[in-house]
Amino acid sequence: MIPAKFDYVKPRSLDEAVSALAEGGDDAKVIAGGQSLLPLLRLRLAYPELLVDVGGLDELRGVREEGESLWIGALTTHYELIHDRLIAEHCGLLAQAAGTVADPAVRHRGTIGGNLSHADAAGDLPAVMLALDATMVAHGPGGNRDIAAADFFVDYLTPALDGSDILTGVRVPKHGRGWGFRYEKFQATAQSWAIVGVAAMVRRSNGHVAEARVGLTNMGPVPVRARAVEDAAAGAAADRDALRQAAGHAADGTSPPTDLNARPDYREHLARVLTGRALAHAAGA
Amino acid sequence: MTRITVKVDGVSYTDDVEPRLLLVHYLREAVGKTGTPIGCDTTNCGACTVHMDGKSVKSCSVLAVQADGSEITTIEGIGNGEWHPLQSAFRAEHALQCGYCTPGMIMAAADLLRENPDPTDHEVREGLEGNLCRCTGYQNIVRAVRRAAQETREGAAS
Amino acid sequence: MTTDTQAPAADAEIGKARVRKEDARLVTGQTNWTDNLTQPGMLHMAFARSPFAHARITRVDLSAARSMPGVIAVYSGADFAAEQGSLPCAWPVTPDIVIPDHPPMATEEVRYVGEAVACVVARNRYEAADAAAAIDVDYEPLPAVLDIRTALDQGSPKVHEAGNKSYEFAMTSGDVDAAFAGAPVVLERNYRQQRLIPVAMEPRAVLCAPSGDEFTLWSATQIPHVLRTMLALVTGIPEHKLRVIAPDVGGGFGSKLQVTAEEVLALLAARKLRKPVKWTESRSEGNLTVHHGRDQWQRIRIAAERDGRIRGLAVDLLADMGAYLMLVTPGVPLLGAQLFNAIYKMDAYSFRCTGVFTTKMPTDAYRGAGRPEATFAIERIMDDLAAELGVDPLELRKRNWITHEEFPYTTISGMIYDSGNYEAATARALELFGYDELRREQEQRRASGDPVQLGIGISTYTEACGLAPSRALGEGNYAAGGWEHASVRMLATGKVEVVTGSSAHGQGHETAWSQIVADKLGVPFEDVRVLHGDTLVAPKGMDTYGSRSLAVGGIAVVGACGKVVEKARVIASALLEAPPEEIEFSGGTFQARGGGGPAKTIQEIAFEAFTGHNLPDGTEPSLDAEATFDPSNLSFPHGTHLCAIEVDTETGQVTIRSYVAVDDAGVVVNPLIVEGQVHGGIAQGIGQALFEEAVYDDDGNLLTTTMADYLLPSAADLPDFVTDYTQTPATSNPLGVKGIGEAGTIASTPAVVNSIVDALRPMGVRDVTMPCTPQRVWRAIQAARGNASGGTGDAGSGKGSDGDTRSGVTHTPPDGGSAASDEGGPR
Repeated sequence: MIPAKFDYVKPRSLDEAVSALAEGGDDAKVIAGGQSLLPLLRLRLAYPELLVDVGGLDELRGVREEGESLWIGALTTHYELIHDRLIAEHCGLLAQAAGTVADPAVRHRGTIGGNLSHADAAGDLPAVMLALDATMVAHGPGGNRDIAAADFFVDYLTPALDGSDILTGVRVPKHGRGWGFRYEKFQATAQSWAIVGVAAMVRRSNGHVAEARVGLTNMGPVPVRARAVEDAAAGAAADRDALRQAAGHAADGTSPPTDLNARPDYREHLARVLTGRALAHAAGA
Repeated sequence: MTRITVKVDGVSYTDDVEPRLLLVHYLREAVGKTGTPIGCDTTNCGACTVHMDGKSVKSCSVLAVQADGSEITTIEGIGNGEWHPLQSAFRAEHALQCGYCTPGMIMAAADLLRENPDPTDHEVREGLEGNLCRCTGYQNIVRAVRRAAQETREGAAS
Repeated sequence: MTTDTQAPAADAEIGKARVRKEDARLVTGQTNWTDNLTQPGMLHMAFARSPFAHARITRVDLSAARSMPGVIAVYSGADFAAEQGSLPCAWPVTPDIVIPDHPPMATEEVRYVGEAVACVVARNRYEAADAAAAIDVDYEPLPAVLDIRTALDQGSPKVHEAGNKSYEFAMTSGDVDAAFAGAPVVLERNYRQQRLIPVAMEPRAVLCAPSGDEFTLWSATQIPHVLRTMLALVTGIPEHKLRVIAPDVGGGFGSKLQVTAEEVLALLAARKLRKPVKWTESRSEGNLTVHHGRDQWQRIRIAAERDGRIRGLAVDLLADMGAYLMLVTPGVPLLGAQLFNAIYKMDAYSFRCTGVFTTKMPTDAYRGAGRPEATFAIERIMDDLAAELGVDPLELRKRNWITHEEFPYTTISGMIYDSGNYEAATARALELFGYDELRREQEQRRASGDPVQLGIGISTYTEACGLAPSRALGEGNYAAGGWEHASVRMLATGKVEVVTGSSAHGQGHETAWSQIVADKLGVPFEDVRVLHGDTLVAPKGMDTYGSRSLAVGGIAVVGACGKVVEKARVIASALLEAPPEEIEFSGGTFQARGGGGPAKTIQEIAFEAFTGHNLPDGTEPSLDAEATFDPSNLSFPHGTHLCAIEVDTETGQVTIRSYVAVDDAGVVVNPLIVEGQVHGGIAQGIGQALFEEAVYDDDGNLLTTTMADYLLPSAADLPDFVTDYTQTPATSNPLGVKGIGEAGTIASTPAVVNSIVDALRPMGVRDVTMPCTPQRVWRAIQAARGNASGGTGDAGSGKGSDGDTRSGVTHTPPDGGSAASDEGGPR
């Protein structure tokens, strides 16, 4: 199918992009890699009148160390997330999860900024951001703004960005020695969306779980932080039985959707099973 | 209209295009590269896969304006006038029947081999997860990719 | 008829794994897909389609669309009413069948989401799409009819004025009541054949170019010849003024065995505008409006002795026709009518099928067409019968199958199986599979309570290919013959052009036909060119479907070659100065019997025919010949497929661990092509078993319009298949060949589902409704464990409460087993 008509600008600076968005109002939309947006345009499920292409903005590029965090530019592609040395060293969960997104060609084009701004709870990276305690950095008419991952996903396909905000990057705390991780993705086919995904970070100490963080994909209109699991896992023995028991809380407080692949009770069950597996893997149990 | 300059299979083209023009339509209808077909609306099938600056992309999900300044390689240019080892291997292993998915499959496979010159069967299958074929059941495609990999390695060694 | 059971000569082309001629253009992108083609002044067509499953059209406003840039014309159904006719149904299966009028563009009422209500013709495809979106249609919604199990109830809304029943077809052989009365074991099962979307990789496309009152129409079709005749009948354009071309066609699987609304409307628009008009569908348009496949509720009952011998079988089908009857819609379920009895001997058999209208896309042929449905039901219930009797499922099959000494065998349903060797194929499959080791591992996993259980599934199948003979088709009210045509042209330089009425779209005819001709004429494989798919070039044909091409079309090629040789023999006789009956032809050379004397190659004779200088009096200066072959019977490939799967009982995920297929398609012309057909067929059958389903919601909206929703397996979702074949020659044709295009699809679906049920049977699971998605498998396990969270759900709705028809454990049957199935069945 063929997109409806729109205007197109490719700003040369971030400020120029922000003013273009501001001018375009509700009918303007940012495009980066376009891997979420193009299908929507082609199916005529989205009708922007103006596309602001941020693909030329160098401010949005690069992965670098900033003290105890990594700065990951919004234009970093999934392919780059998988292959970047710093990401592998400090937040391997992100690389692992990025490797499960769609397929190689889509990963070449799709960006972390686009993925997160799309704010699809069925996408893999939002839950990963929760598990990593990441911070989103947005640039708007008032300058830069930090938004905690926990506050960023407001509702279905709705990020905490104002109309003329642009997500410029993500700040992710370094997770060094002692942290294990696992993204456990359950799919109907290799290229399809997660029916449920579990992003788990576990810090292990003396055979016990010192700290666990768990983000859930596709268990509600927004990605979910499984706090009850985290609380139950903290201090528990780092063995399969104990972690499975903690994972029994994975569906607590979730409101998973119904779609062609699953109804809520099955998603709840999957969340428990997969969380147990993800925790065990992350804890090396 | 937006002016773009794109190099396709080694030849530079400059055109004024509508911003909404899909790269695949640009390739097929402005440049005449009908070797690259279209199979879906949603990035799932991969039939339209080409290389953009050396990496596989689905040309139905890239706007032509986004390709401004880039270098595109299609199935028609991958062999530089000869047959690429993958083209020969697809034929030798009967890795195609109707052939509609074949250009995309070969372009995706070439990208896979660029990253991993000696993939296992499993790695080939995972690497081609974004390209759907309805005829072959994929087995001969896997064989063909591994054959091309082997021949390329042997060619490089000799 | 002769049977060639001798081993082929070492240098024979038939049997050789030739790489394909057609690949040279396909791997380099030098293709002629219909959408690649352009014509001077060509315009583009786009459609406005019904968003309602059932509605009355109250107003069509084309004015906004007409005023848009680049728009040449905008039409509603009213604009075509006088000339568009009704799309054809060529198989009125019963005398009292209801065949509703089926206008290519709706004029008063729409009956499925996606039905065309208006169209735009514009300068380019972007402008056409914009204007189509601006067409404004008002509808008065009417009630949708979605469930064939209730569509025949009194008080059900009607799809058509005449009601929702299209036809009822029944046949009985033997005394079924007696077979069931007093039988020690009787099982009854209800199976669901879900609705599928064929999804050929190339979307449909059509281009029609007018020239005066003549028209050339390119279409992504399997059937250029049938299409030409039908377009003439539908539109009144004389057949000789229509030329239909199927250029490179990107797969069909039955979906392009159709006369479509878009083909008719592109032709009519080109005629109105006197300009070439092209239409190319998008995938989401295609999922809505390419005919769907399968969609049956099957009730099957089997009566057996305690030792497993089958006494009788009774089959009752409800088949969803969709909103209209298309080319062979009503006949598709009946292609299985004589095959539920499969490879088994029994005393009595009955079959009944009721075709029912719904407000959905019509169904029609999809790979296997009727035979996969039949094979699924019988092979599933055979496994259940084995479990009931406590015998190994393979052993049960052996006790009932036709032994190889018994061929030719007239089955209970009246088919004459000419040849087969089920023992040989099964033995080979077992050897490749490691059946006993897998059974041992299965026992261990069961004993240890492994969360990952192993299942072994069996499918021994036969099927019927190459619909024929024509006389029998006539008796079945099929509107066409079962013959195929070929001609062979000897060029002056000794090269050969073969014209075939088969119309390949991936099957490799250019290669296989070349191999046949190389052997029959003794010319090099490379010297043969095969022409097809254009009614001007190949004026006569019945096209490609139903695994008919080789067993019918290939034999026509053999016949034409034979005539060429006989014509050449007369000329050779004159040149070699020996009587024709003394002239032998071998390896491309004519020579007087006994050898040693002068010889002439067929190429030399061809040149003699070209010059005509030295021909005997009264000899036609041509070697060219044509032949039409009408087989005496269908062909009956068979085989044994074995599948091992692992089920993660915690999540319901199924992983295929190994798959062995041993098929018998008679004599193999090209093993490479046969292997490819089997691989692809198995993959599609697995697709039905595990992944694919066309889902409509309660309002009749298709929910699976994109490839993100209608799930096809990728390379990463399938295993390697181990394939081999046995060769039991067919006796109904001189090559001994049978069809192989659909066998894999027919066999693999029950093999996979049997393996899943086999894995879970000790847990009490008796069935899982297809596609056996993780959710369904999990629910089946939950229901069997008596866990309420899995046992209720969408009990009996079967029509998509909140968009979910995929799940559906419903009830715990009286025997304590569990069926993860939507409730009910034919009634």
